[in-house]
Amino acid sequence: MEDREIRELEAAVEQIWQIAQGFGLDPYPTNFEIVPATVMYEVGSYALPGRYSHWTFGKAYHRMKTMYDFGLSKIYEVVINTNPSYGFLLETNSPIQNKMVIAHVLGHVDFFKNNTYFSKTNRRMVESVSTHAQRMMEYEFKHGRKTVERFLDAVLAIEEHIDPYFFIKRELSVEEEKRRAEQRPRDGRYDDLWLLDKTERDARIAAGSGERDDKDRGPRERLPEKDLLYYMMKNSPTLVPWQRDAIAMVHEEMEYFVPQMQTKIMNEGWASIWHARIMRALDLTDNDHIEFANLHSGVVSPQKGQLNPYYLGYKIYEDIERRWNDPSTEERQKFSRAGKEGRDKIFEVRELDNDVSFLRNYLTEELCEELDLFVFELIEEEEWTITEKRWEKVRDQLVANMTNFGFPYLEVADGDYNGNRELYLKHRYEGTELDLRYGRKALEHVYTLWGRPVHLETVIDEESTVLHYNGDEHGED
Amino acid sequence: MSIQRNDWSLQRKGIIDQERHKDRVKEAIRKNLGSIVSNEAIILSDGKRTVKVPIKALDEYKFRFNYQKSKHVGQGDGKTRVGDVIGRESRGGGSGTGGGQAGQEAGTDYYEAEVNIDEIAALIFEDLQLPYLEEKAKKAVQSRKTQFNEIRRTGVIANLDKRRMILENIRRNAREGNPRFGDIKKEDLRFKTWEEVMRYESNAVVIAMIDVSGSMGEFKKYIARSFYFWMVRFLRTKYDNVDIVFISHHTEAKEVTEEQFFTQGESGGTVVSSAYQLALDIIKQRYRPADWNIYPFHFSDGDNYYSDNEEAVRLADELISTCNLFGYGEIGEEGSSSYRRSSGALLSIFSDRLHNKDRFVGVRIDDKEDVYPALKQFFGRRGLDTPGISTVSVIK
Repeated sequence: MEDREIRELEAAVEQIWQIAQGFGLDPYPTNFEIVPATVMYEVGSYALPGRYSHWTFGKAYHRMKTMYDFGLSKIYEVVINTNPSYGFLLETNSPIQNKMVIAHVLGHVDFFKNNTYFSKTNRRMVESVSTHAQRMMEYEFKHGRKTVERFLDAVLAIEEHIDPYFFIKRELSVEEEKRRAEQRPRDGRYDDLWLLDKTERDARIAAGSGERDDKDRGPRERLPEKDLLYYMMKNSPTLVPWQRDAIAMVHEEMEYFVPQMQTKIMNEGWASIWHARIMRALDLTDNDHIEFANLHSGVVSPQKGQLNPYYLGYKIYEDIERRWNDPSTEERQKFSRAGKEGRDKIFEVRELDNDVSFLRNYLTEELCEELDLFVFELIEEEEWTITEKRWEKVRDQLVANMTNFGFPYLEVADGDYNGNRELYLKHRYEGTELDLRYGRKALEHVYTLWGRPVHLETVIDEESTVLHYNGDEHGED
Repeated sequence: MSIQRNDWSLQRKGIIDQERHKDRVKEAIRKNLGSIVSNEAIILSDGKRTVKVPIKALDEYKFRFNYQKSKHVGQGDGKTRVGDVIGRESRGGGSGTGGGQAGQEAGTDYYEAEVNIDEIAALIFEDLQLPYLEEKAKKAVQSRKTQFNEIRRTGVIANLDKRRMILENIRRNAREGNPRFGDIKKEDLRFKTWEEVMRYESNAVVIAMIDVSGSMGEFKKYIARSFYFWMVRFLRTKYDNVDIVFISHHTEAKEVTEEQFFTQGESGGTVVSSAYQLALDIIKQRYRPADWNIYPFHFSDGDNYYSDNEEAVRLADELISTCNLFGYGEIGEEGSSSYRRSSGALLSIFSDRLHNKDRFVGVRIDDKEDVYPALKQFFGRRGLDTPGISTVSVIK
């Protein structure tokens, strides 16, 4: 790309930024990088630049790059949620493609900054992951690449099983703990009562009553625990310090990614609606306008059979805006909507909702019909068949599939099962069975982390079933 | 807000981790050689260099839902109705690729790796060799090989051995009381030089016999074919001077070309002795045992005409006495895991009645995954001075 083109692009960024602010968008400052395809695919496959090494990233990179080399798919845009944010532009993009990507990226950055699910997100994550990478490399150096790799295989098998609201129970720093302790009034008249409780418990333990009591557990072991990674890190009887640290790093990175997993449809819809409006506000020539229209329809077009998150989100925002701008008589009377509130409403939605609440609250009967949504399932193990078109059912199914970002909800029920330090996991079954072949293999990974027999309670063919793995063989009853 | 353009040419993380992934693929291939050896994609590759084979153990296992037992939401073109079929599950329970949408996440059961046939071959052939190879009167020039095996003080600069040069330099500096690297002089230089090595090897001929009678169904023919596919490849890779003679037989035997051998299908009964007789004739005419190492292999389902069994055993004995090793592979019905003790089957007759079993290897194959063990059984390493170690036929 020539310097002249770069200067033009700089001017375009400035202009797009002004327009975006005029629309009420409020993004972090954003730096754009022009990069070759290899870098684009690298950042795309790691989701953040500079993360630790693992073969699964190499696999993703290889897949993406191959798709690109064969012209099967192309990433136009990668955006990093930090402050300031980063947007990556493919060096082979045309000027119009670049403008659209810049506008789209600003939409994402506005969403990152203002959606409440991102309120606890670490905005210096690039620095954090690079220190992680450094530490992981040291562990590889010390303990061997294979050892670290195998261990990460096990950690990554359960990486999605963290608690999205983990920040609530994050431990306080030592100073904070001290500060709070100091604020606590001491030695009040009744404070010795606390000691009574303690002595009684000590006496009971001394007597060896064997009865376990949740109060006996440390605050770290409050069960059930949804955050499997955290639980392993804190309570696994066998891990050594570097392994616990590796889990902590993966946990921290997943905390960063979870809000993105929770808001995929909203985030893409939001960026799409704003790139469209910003581009329309730019003074494009007729030719440029046609190129843009082509690009745009490529992004937000329905794909037969599949659900395009860009399209679905885009349509829902548009529908919300319309319904709040120009409410029906019924809506005016029932919900006392005044009209002309569309813009405010979609900004409120982008601040307060995630995909699950977004769909539950704003996917309407009319939209389901217009988009021709349906539920399909496999009939007699042979034909994928449409089995439901009633809109509430479709909406509920969509919401159900989004719950827990599409992963089965597992939790630790007991870390001392059989009184033998065995791990007992429970799958909160909600009508969909686990993939058992995968489940057994994943259980082997859990065993690697726990180091003692592991059990998983789930439902197979409508019957409660427990899978076991003891390091040598699988069992089931 | 800014636009930047940096130099990313040193950015190699993706490529480095891609190598890690490749290592994992290789490891998985090594573990799965048994199933890869008889994979259709390779046997039917038709000269392609790389093929895709499914490899277990490369998936990233997670707790996930059973895609086939879940309900999904999709989008239509505005005219869909309840009861419409929008995709079909491929049969055989493999990867689900229902018409477009189902394939999206329908976890392909196995990871498909692109493998290079030559690389696979190298792995498979690592431990294989022609057993009991003997020095024969007539020798053929085998190959000329260059070996870098010497270090000199003079030589071509392209062959400079930098590591040794640095060591010499440090050593010299140390002798001069200043142990460090630097100030290289001509006397520090060290060069690698080579030597040309000639390798001589004895002549060998392999006689590949295949039963193409009516009872050799698709599966059985496929097994024999995959075995010979690898055998031919193996011989051509490892030995420059091995002749291969192809014989196919039903009630009559005839010598065929390689192409006919691998493609023809015929029917009729089975007279095994006809093939053995033809092999003996060919040996007599073209391959004097004094000059040649001789390896006949025969694949059949063992369903020989009862009246021919006597003759077959007699000729097999004769073959064994003239040859270095006689290999016989008996292919069972697909999936029949236990050995059929039918008295008519040739393998059991051979193991009961052959006189000279020192140089006889009989293998039974009931499953695709048995091809690789069979290869190892026939061509595995055995000591020259411990003949007769492999007399026992492998019975699963």
